Amino acid sequence: MDELISKLKEQIIKALKLEDVKPEDIDADAPLFGEGLGLDSIDALELIVLMEKDYGLRLENASVAKTVFTSIRTMAEYIQQHKK
Amino acid sequence: MDNFISSFIRISNNLVSLNGAPFFRGSAGEEFEGFIKQVYKSLGITYSTFYKMDNLSKLGFIAAEILLNTEKKIGFAPEKTGIFFQNSSSSLDTDFTYFNTIKDKENYFPSPAVFVYTLPNIVIGEICIRNKIKGENSFFIAETFDPEFMEAYVEELFAHELIEYALCGWVELFEGNYEAFLYFVRSGKKLSENSSVKAKLHSTETLKKIFTE
Repeated sequence: MDELISKLKEQIIKALKLEDVKPEDIDADAPLFGEGLGLDSIDALELIVLMEKDYGLRLENASVAKTVFTSIRTMAEYIQQHKK
Repeated sequence: MDNFISSFIRISNNLVSLNGAPFFRGSAGEEFEGFIKQVYKSLGITYSTFYKMDNLSKLGFIAAEILLNTEKKIGFAPEKTGIFFQNSSSSLDTDFTYFNTIKDKENYFPSPAVFVYTLPNIVIGEICIRNKIKGENSFFIAETFDPEFMEAYVEELFAHELIEYALCGWVELFEGNYEAFLYFVRSGKKLSENSSVKAKLHSTETLKKIFTE
């Protein structure tokens, strides 16, 4: 799990162009939206693309996506449970 | 009443000049992305959205940031400021970037973050958000910078008192070639309230002259 969380941090920094952010700056349990990383709606769409492109996981249900994108840890847990 | 240009900026060939004087010189041979990042860092600002912008928006944003920092010292009302830009390549540079994310049906992952920049007027939106500018705005496509058109269009808005300030100019970028030329116009009425400002008459002749300066 820790390895997947580290990998996700790096992927998110790259995909969302968070140039001033380092992986160690990101708290795996901090909210991705609002406080924490303060991502916006376009970032949410990029995260959906990332999940499909890099993990083959398609998030079509908005309420599921909202839960999955609570934090980096919830993303990692979802990937671990659903990755084929 | 006459209106006046209180400042202008040019960014091209790894050089930023403000009111005709060098402001920032980038490293020789640096590509646009590296150069504009150098300018951003030199301004000492923290605005993480900058990194998410496409290259056209980065160019316009940085030019506006430097010019408006100068204008803020004199003072202007963002809610009465309009933005009017021109270029020849529209958002084609980013359109191609987006096309590359969708051209392969086997590897079809359209990027929402790229897609949002596939309109040239997004650069105006970025500047408005940053500076809380709420006046009229338009982005025109022309083969080359058209001072006659720009002067007449902006003067018309001033004449109808729809704006009191205007950020105008040329913001062109395509395949690594770039050129920004922005200027700030103040209504004569507002300028007379601050007689210490050195300004040039807003006219086609002035625009032709400072465009090549």
